[in-house]
Amino acid sequence: MTRHAVSLALALSALVTAGPALADDDWIPPVTDALTMAECGDCHMAFQPGFLPARSWEAMMDGLADHFGDDATIAADKADHIRAYLTANAGDRIRAGMAREYMRWVRADGVPLRITENPAFLDEHDFRPSVWERPEVVTKSNCPACHTAAERGYYEDD
Amino acid sequence: MPVPSARLSTLSLAAGLGLAILAPISAHADAAAERRAILDALAEEARAADPAFSGFSAAAGETLFRTAWAGGDERTPSCTACHTEDPTAMGRNAKTGRPIEPVAVSVNPDRFTDPDEVAKQFRRDCKAVLGRACTAQEKGDYITFMAEQ
Repeated sequence: MTRHAVSLALALSALVTAGPALADDDWIPPVTDALTMAECGDCHMAFQPGFLPARSWEAMMDGLADHFGDDATIAADKADHIRAYLTANAGDRIRAGMAREYMRWVRADGVPLRITENPAFLDEHDFRPSVWERPEVVTKSNCPACHTAAERGYYEDD
Repeated sequence: MPVPSARLSTLSLAAGLGLAILAPISAHADAAAERRAILDALAEEARAADPAFSGFSAAAGETLFRTAWAGGDERTPSCTACHTEDPTAMGRNAKTGRPIEPVAVSVNPDRFTDPDEVAKQFRRDCKAVLGRACTAQEKGDYITFMAEQ
């Protein structure tokens, strides 16, 4: 191996290790399933499954008839497909990016349903009320109002 | 008589252009036919519920759209809570902040063309706004109004 090749290999490996490490606190694997994106994204941003453990997604899909006060029921075959995708990519299954940080705060038997109640979320969103009252925000779960690349998994500071 | 090749390519170019121009028109025609099929099914349902059914009314659909109902979610007293007073404008989900594409067919020709989507949306939204399911008459009136917007 030539010296150039060695230094190139070193540079590449540095990139590979530095990339995800740097992005870990503001990136989470994005939703890659088209049906999940379309159906969950119908009324709100399709939240990345890594923010909740698999048992939470099971509870979420069990409770679509009363989904935070709304009827979000969909055809059974679609619901089954989405449930399988969400649980397979849940935070306690993938442990990548921000999922690690969010899972740290979930008790072993905890079944959280609101991502916005995770201390990892609260620590980053300790704003004065006027920020939450901006007309485009509407609710704390409206990530893209401030994080313009949220749907692609990037939650850079605004 | 053999057709000169120059003439042939001119013909196929013309045919190609014709297709390119016709394609969007036929897509709109398909959408209109799909919407018509949904309205026909609703009309049948409305007639079954009320033998005196006499068709759908855009004016009644507009009233449905603008009325402040009671009984649904307090954040969505009327359709306009999310869709705004102008059906041709972008809306915003009053509960989640999610932008909503315009409901008016003139700006969104694909509206009311997928029966499953239409059924799902009425089921959710009627419960949230009116606090009850919409009748077939109401759904047909609403679609008739939006098709003219």
